[in-house]
Amino acid sequence: MRYESPPTLDDAVALLAAETGTSRVLAGGTDVLVQLRSGMVEPDLIVDIKRIEGMHDIAEEGGGYRIGAAVPSVAMAEHEGLSALWPGVVEAVGLVGSTQVQGRCTLAGNLCNASPAADSVPALIAAGALVRLHGPDGQRDVPAEEVGTSPGRTSLKKGEVVGSILLPARPAGSGDAYLRFIPRTEMDIAVVGAGVSLSVEGDTISQARVSLGAVAPTALLVAEAADAIVGTTLDDAACEKLAAAASAACNPIDDKRGTIEFRVKVSGVLATRAAKIALARAKGEA
Amino acid sequence: MQIHVSTKINGDDAEYLCDPDETLLDVLRDRLGLTGAKEGCGTGDCGACSVTLDGRLVCSCLVLGAEADGREVTTIEGMAEGEMLHPLQKKFLDHAALQCGICTPGILVAAKNLLERNPDPTETEVRYWLAGNLCRCTGYDKIVRAVMDAATEMRGS
Repeated sequence: MRYESPPTLDDAVALLAAETGTSRVLAGGTDVLVQLRSGMVEPDLIVDIKRIEGMHDIAEEGGGYRIGAAVPSVAMAEHEGLSALWPGVVEAVGLVGSTQVQGRCTLAGNLCNASPAADSVPALIAAGALVRLHGPDGQRDVPAEEVGTSPGRTSLKKGEVVGSILLPARPAGSGDAYLRFIPRTEMDIAVVGAGVSLSVEGDTISQARVSLGAVAPTALLVAEAADAIVGTTLDDAACEKLAAAASAACNPIDDKRGTIEFRVKVSGVLATRAAKIALARAKGEA
Repeated sequence: MQIHVSTKINGDDAEYLCDPDETLLDVLRDRLGLTGAKEGCGTGDCGACSVTLDGRLVCSCLVLGAEADGREVTTIEGMAEGEMLHPLQKKFLDHAALQCGICTPGILVAAKNLLERNPDPTETEVRYWLAGNLCRCTGYDKIVRAVMDAATEMRGS
């Protein structure tokens, strides 16, 4: 195995594109190192992107924030502007692992590890995050929901690497939230996760995005669930429709962490609760 | 091919050669003789290998040795000043906050990092901060009490 820590994204792309064997990008390493040590992957090349300029930056851009691919979760939590604009995303990535893992784990890594249960991914999808990919043919921006294609697999092409993720600007009167169910209070993998981002005009929800995790092979963007609450005040009838739409979108597995029946039911419950928190934030009440 | 790494460990310049897939934990233990950090799980779940990297608490089993080039590492070996134990170490003895001791170096490194950021943590904050440090002997009450007591002493109140 070769270890490279190139100084620029172009160099990283060139290394990844030229490698004929298996390669892995190393950001926080909290998944890659585990896979490496367990023998799950035997890469020929590791490309550490942490020496590349800008990879550790959280930069304001057009009223939103561009987050470098190597920014650890804890740096997001420490950033006041980001935490104020996208509290749900910051909370979601803050749920991943322990303090030790928080010091290393990244949004880009959580996304590219492509676990269906990744906590930050439903929050990113709900937020309408745009992922900037750098590759041999230049750069392109793709919506977060288009990155994961199945457990452990992404739509990234040969030679492509995530450089940054944009959490866009949002209108005044907006809020987001992410909730997950785990059987303990800390250090566990989501049985169900739900992310909601919405905006209000007066008391009425003017736009919304709802995303679910751990209930299908990839995190889901559930348009029907968003449609159920847009134009409403999130009254009881809207909440029921939201819950029903969320549950209907699920295609989960039965495993030791939760049954299909449980996951389907809890998806509706968590989506509704997350929507209520997002709404309270949008109104400045929480 | 081995990689040449120049780094700083506990304030002292250090150089080593390591394999590309060798973890920082293995470098510390097997190449530098710093055996305070322990390998519990090797997957970042137990915290026994906790060190800091540029001031951030990390599991050294999830860091490659090569990544430490040009950075600063602190380990449990840098905690006491000569024979003078750190207040956390003294309080762990006073409160009998250890039995077998495997988890202790990691917990001390983690607790020190917490108190540097937050000199007056609540019990809940201590428990969440240390959630990634597993102890299978004492349970956590004595550990948490030792950390709280050390924090009080270090605040000088």
